[in-house]
Amino acid sequence: MALLRVEGITKRFGGLVANYRISFAVQAGEIVGLIGPNGAGKSTLFDVITGYYRPEAGDITFDNRPLVGRRPDQVNRLGIGRTFQKLRPFHAMTVLENVVVAALLHQVDPGKARDEALRYLEFVELADKRDSYARELSTGQRKRLELARAMATRPRLLLLDEVTGGVDQRTIPTLVQLIGRLREQGLTLVVIEHNMRVIMSIADRILALHLGEVIADGPPSDVVKNRRLIEAYLGEAFARPAGEG
Amino acid sequence: MFAIPPPDVLIQGILSGILMGFVYALIAAGLSLIFGLMEIVNFAHGEFLMLSMYTAFWMYALFALDPLLSVPICAAVLFALGWLSYAGIIRRILGGPMLAQIFATFGLAIFLRSAAQFLWTPDFRQVGEAWIQGPVRILGISVGLPQVVASAACLIAFGILYWFITGTETGMALEATAQDRQAAALMGINTERMFALGWGLGSACVGVAGAFLASFFYVFPHVGGLFALIAYVTVALGGFGSVPGSLVAGVIIGVIEVLGGLLIAPAFKYVAVFVLYLIVVLLRPQGLLGKF
Amino acid sequence: MTALRPVRGVRGIALLAMVLLAALAFPWVFRLPYHRDLAIKVFLYAMLAQAWNILAGYCGQISLGHAVFFGTGAYTSTVLQMTWGMNPWVGLLAGVVLAVALSLLIGYPCFRLRGHYFAIATIAIGEIVQTLAINWDFIGGARGLTLTIQKDSLLAFQFHTSKYPYYYIMLGLLTLCLLVSWRIERTRLGYYLRAIREDPEAAASVGIPVAKYKQIAMAISAAFVAAGGTFYAQYVLYLDPDSVLPLSLSILVCVLGVVGGTGTLWGPLVGAALLIPLSEFTRITLGGTGRAADLVIYGALLTGVAVFQPAGLVGLIGRRQG
Repeated sequence: MALLRVEGITKRFGGLVANYRISFAVQAGEIVGLIGPNGAGKSTLFDVITGYYRPEAGDITFDNRPLVGRRPDQVNRLGIGRTFQKLRPFHAMTVLENVVVAALLHQVDPGKARDEALRYLEFVELADKRDSYARELSTGQRKRLELARAMATRPRLLLLDEVTGGVDQRTIPTLVQLIGRLREQGLTLVVIEHNMRVIMSIADRILALHLGEVIADGPPSDVVKNRRLIEAYLGEAFARPAGEG
Repeated sequence: MFAIPPPDVLIQGILSGILMGFVYALIAAGLSLIFGLMEIVNFAHGEFLMLSMYTAFWMYALFALDPLLSVPICAAVLFALGWLSYAGIIRRILGGPMLAQIFATFGLAIFLRSAAQFLWTPDFRQVGEAWIQGPVRILGISVGLPQVVASAACLIAFGILYWFITGTETGMALEATAQDRQAAALMGINTERMFALGWGLGSACVGVAGAFLASFFYVFPHVGGLFALIAYVTVALGGFGSVPGSLVAGVIIGVIEVLGGLLIAPAFKYVAVFVLYLIVVLLRPQGLLGKF
Repeated sequence: MTALRPVRGVRGIALLAMVLLAALAFPWVFRLPYHRDLAIKVFLYAMLAQAWNILAGYCGQISLGHAVFFGTGAYTSTVLQMTWGMNPWVGLLAGVVLAVALSLLIGYPCFRLRGHYFAIATIAIGEIVQTLAINWDFIGGARGLTLTIQKDSLLAFQFHTSKYPYYYIMLGLLTLCLLVSWRIERTRLGYYLRAIREDPEAAASVGIPVAKYKQIAMAISAAFVAAGGTFYAQYVLYLDPDSVLPLSLSILVCVLGVVGGTGTLWGPLVGAALLIPLSEFTRITLGGTGRAADLVIYGALLTGVAVFQPAGLVGLIGRRQG
């Protein structure tokens, strides 16, 4: 039984079709990579799943519960956490307070929530920065903060929007390791990622979007040879029949 | 409370509502221009109008200058005021917390309004002997000539503004900055200058409107408050950031204001307009032609 | 956020105890009615500002029409008293209930609006309510209402021979408001409100029902402001739309909060302690034009603080503490 099932999702903004008849399923424990050139509709899909936008058509089921029509906070409480492509920490709060806010969802007492938040900060290796203000962090640190914050809501499914974007090269292996450890914690992940090496190494399955539609859905080894995908990313000149080049 | 007035009163009301609508449109266009550029609502917009009206009044009272002649003076004074407001205040709170953005201009509004009251007393002033006076008949309906002139002038000014934005290089640079600040900067547009220009132009619109209003409207420190709220509704209805939207919305608001006064009670004119604001921003936040 | 780090431990409690003792002893040391009345004014406006702060400072929803709740409290208890003989304390509770109901009515549609639009909506609502009140004869219209003088008694909430009880009641209300704010700061509610202020969409992504918490903040805020309105009516024994519903009151409440420091516990009190005596001073020296002079200063302060020190006076002190 799929943990997340997306069926026929279409999302329009006026004349622009951001998502068109998108369908796929995510099994519990999987890591699904979501790839596609800029403007393919990946972040919009996340926004639709998490309730920030309402689709014009289609259904989404999570753990057998329908998602369409629910507010973002309701989606989160059902068990889906997310990070944002344009990072959104609570700037005027400390790193610890950022995570406490999220931990308070399941732990009403602020004192205990603080202890729990610290554990998440330790997991992402940000505990030493706990009293710094969120706005003082580097991009890589902010990404880890947002991850800790999302985790503190005890989700079963995590939607990560751009793990390595804008992050300095040396930090990437740490982040990749982090994702691996998330899976060990029992989390299911859907990860939007532009760094092909990263996504190919961590994903069980790849979902490729182009111009709002799914153009590939399968294991990394298959998808990487998908002609339409290569065309979408690199242009027609680079697309060769499978087996050559 | 609800009384349908006779048809000729109704038609006269609607016509005068349309005429005032063009004035509202020009006032709102200024506000919309500023918002489109930097997503800041100028809470002092009404006070800028008030200052323009006072400028016209004092030109009349001290130098016997008819308000019509004061139009360029008022436009220039307000342009400078807008530019200076940007340079002195707004520039420093761009991108800052919401509280700072709101209170920077709200504080300015209170300051200007109260300074006017302090300096010039709350007395209602009036331009006694304007060149343009008296009624005129349009299509058999009697309306005030000053209103017609004000309306026509504001429509023309609106047209000039629109031509400037769409037809001149500077104007298009302004639009480009409004659409995408970063892209504009990358293209070599001096965005700082554009912001200041936007504030100057937006305020100049109000300057023009104010000069004409002074010829038939009472001038007093709190006059800005009434017009400001009407301007907010007009911008919301037309669409924040859409200058053409202000024209359509201005006329609609002008008519509704009059109808509210006629059908319910004069005191409830503004209640009708405000209720409309609430309806618009809740049901159609992007307005008729807006971007947001 | 709390730019002023709470003074912890024994030193903190000792300081608070001293302040409280000073407040309790004040009317016995400064015996002139003028001093007492000034202190009552400071306490009243400090409470109004702190109540506003809960919605605007902690939660980030800038209301520029908060006077509507003050008027609701004042009119409710007074009308109930004069029309049906209801006891003013019960009337106070009724005023609070009505104000909370009004806050829900306002919040439900308006909290969907973003910052600036919400602020404009609150101005509009303030104007509408004031216009309605001026035209509603049942509650006195523009003439206002004069409360029937009753014999001194706590039950009747009127004191004439000695006004000390007013002082202590207002001090009590202020203390209650500060206590509630302090509790908010330390509990989940405080964290949630701050998160909403920072970024409502990110707040939603971690499970916070944003509209619901905005409503809670506004309801608490409205409740205290309404209580202040009832107090005012019982203290001044006269009210009209111009005294309990004007834009100038909404502005004053903002100024005290902003100058003192929004989002803090002591900011509004500091703001009131500084600015209310200042406004009394201008009223005495400048007479009738004093009111406009006040507003000139308030306007300049608002802009100045917004531009140069958005954290207010408390923020300034906090920075020096390091």
